[in-house]
Amino acid sequence: MAWTCPMPLRDQSRVVMGHGGGGAMSAELVEHVFAPAFGGPVLAQLSDSAAVELGGARLAFSTDSFVVRPLFFPGGSIGDLAVNGTVNDLAMSGARAAYMSCGFILEEGVELSVVGRVAQALGAAARTAGVEVVTGDTKVVEAGHGDGIFINTSAIGLVPPGVDLRPQRVRPGDAVIVSGPIGVHGVAIMSVREGLEFGVEIESDCAALGGLVEAMLAVTQDLHALRDPTRGGLAAALNEIAAASGTGVVVEERAVPVPPPVANACAVLGLDPMYVANEGKLVAFVPREHADAVLAAMRTHPLGREAAIVGETVQTHPGMVVARTGLGGTRVVDMPIGEQLPRIC
Amino acid sequence: MKYIEEFQDPALARKLLDDIRATVTRPWALMEVCGGQTHTIIRHGIDQLLPDEVELIHGPGCPVCVTPLEVIDKALEIASRPEVIFCSFGDMLRVPGTGRDLFQVRGQGGDVRVVYSPLDALRVAQENPDREVVFFGIGFETTAPPNAMTVYQARRLGIPNFSLLVSHVRVPPAIEAIMRSPSCRVQGFLAAGHVCSVMGTSEYPELAERFRVPIVVTGFEPLDILEGVRRTVQQLERGEHTVENAYPRAVQPEGNPAAQAMLADVFEVTDRAWRGIGVIPASGWRLSSRYREYDAEHRFSVTGIDTREPAECRSGEVLQGLLKPHECEAFGTTCTPRTPLGATMVSSEGACAAYYLYRRLDLEQKTVSREGASVV
Repeated sequence: MAWTCPMPLRDQSRVVMGHGGGGAMSAELVEHVFAPAFGGPVLAQLSDSAAVELGGARLAFSTDSFVVRPLFFPGGSIGDLAVNGTVNDLAMSGARAAYMSCGFILEEGVELSVVGRVAQALGAAARTAGVEVVTGDTKVVEAGHGDGIFINTSAIGLVPPGVDLRPQRVRPGDAVIVSGPIGVHGVAIMSVREGLEFGVEIESDCAALGGLVEAMLAVTQDLHALRDPTRGGLAAALNEIAAASGTGVVVEERAVPVPPPVANACAVLGLDPMYVANEGKLVAFVPREHADAVLAAMRTHPLGREAAIVGETVQTHPGMVVARTGLGGTRVVDMPIGEQLPRIC
Repeated sequence: MKYIEEFQDPALARKLLDDIRATVTRPWALMEVCGGQTHTIIRHGIDQLLPDEVELIHGPGCPVCVTPLEVIDKALEIASRPEVIFCSFGDMLRVPGTGRDLFQVRGQGGDVRVVYSPLDALRVAQENPDREVVFFGIGFETTAPPNAMTVYQARRLGIPNFSLLVSHVRVPPAIEAIMRSPSCRVQGFLAAGHVCSVMGTSEYPELAERFRVPIVVTGFEPLDILEGVRRTVQQLERGEHTVENAYPRAVQPEGNPAAQAMLADVFEVTDRAWRGIGVIPASGWRLSSRYREYDAEHRFSVTGIDTREPAECRSGEVLQGLLKPHECEAFGTTCTPRTPLGATMVSSEGACAAYYLYRRLDLEQKTVSREGASVV
């Protein structure tokens, strides 16, 4: 019997860009097409990385694909992203990535020197992250059927005993901590991809977060949940945790670190920094009694120097993220639908 | 950033709010004309902070929202043609036409591109001489001059494969139409600062005098809005109705003469339909006869369009300030940013989208409160 989609995707009969934007449309695609087709209790957790047991070991396992344009950007390349994006998904489970796979899809006509530079960057990032690339694959598609280089990676690592990080552990009263300034990666990519100049060069903050997470776990293993707010930005990460945990999140808008160049770029384009993509940042849900110590530990790590407590979880408005504005009003910070679109004026 | 921060300073905001509270003695209804101002008001919760006597009514100033469905449908039709590269600002891509939007056209194989400047579209035309490049030129007086400049450059550079799908509108006739409406409650206007930075303020004294309504040119940061409200309320309390400029860092009384000259060269004033409102006399621009060859409607004779506006969408009343977004029965139920019935729910400057994105908690609490249950 032919497999049929169990539920049409609302009003969309074809894939649109929003299905890959990391927001509500992406979630809908997974929920209605992929999850029913694949089944399985582990997948049903819908975490950034799967937590599985094998031969008595607790493993975290994750895969990610990278279609970034341009291939090289201020602060990194598709090679760095392919490593850091994948190992960070594991880090959000508290696991340090040990082994990684790497699949290249190359477009006919791409210069080999470019492939070489990407491979070098990928290898260097892997060594920095402490992960070994142990298997891979290469395919070539005809000219015009790719965007230069696409990369798919998977990684696997051990979850330390006693560590259990997942949204369901989040409780009202948890402190919400971000590890540093938000929106940097998204604006850096936008500035080179769209040829926009914002007065100062903004470099991506792309980095592997395993070491920072270890520093946090050294303070207490009783962290509740971690998320790397990549596509969809901080807003999507907070909404995912709020929805999965059934708690409300309150964010003090002025406590959220936004670098001036990012704020300026967003002001010009009519974008909200809360929805702009990050790499090399995490958001942590930490029991209140441990929050100050965890924050202090983060600030001693190079990737957490500008970490800040930006809010807390609450019993009221479960599943909803609310920001207190600088002027004293409130606003809902909703799940993004697809991708943010720059406004007309 | 310092520049932006200065205009979001909480201490200064409190002082302005105190001034407004000390000034106001009775209810006043003010309209902010521009969707960008609506967005700032709701995003920062300014409407929650103002005294109850000051009601802000959201005006028709979202260019995306007022673009007629028929023009959207023409855009969808033109963008579907294989020979066309259709360029647009990003926020037009999700605006629903009859049955689909530009994103869906792209999903179906149409070559639809997001650009950040109309001149980018002209560059696309130069790089693709064997294709027809169409730019979707919508907006108020703010975006009209650069679009006019693009057509001017296309002619100057001899680029034959470029055209403009025009739906430009003018603010003063809209203000006049609102004031003429029998159901109008507006007693003062926060005029759109960016529009005035181009056109200056000379179009407003006559309107202020004729309708005996204060018009205060207002910017877009939270303190700009509060200052605009403060000055409008001061005038109303004193019984005055003059034009004031509360946005002098961007607006000169004479505006931008070079931009006005470009408009006068390339465009001519015409009657225009506003989505949800209808035709307002002399409220728009079209390409002048000298530039007709760059008019996409002229170049692509689009016919057979069956335009259908959802019957339950009341965005027209929202755009005229006759209805608050959450007072619409479809708000948040059949109409959400994910499944919008009208452009006001999908545009980043749309009043319905602003209420949906930012005001849901507040509105829910009010609902709960009315039902007698505990509130947050």
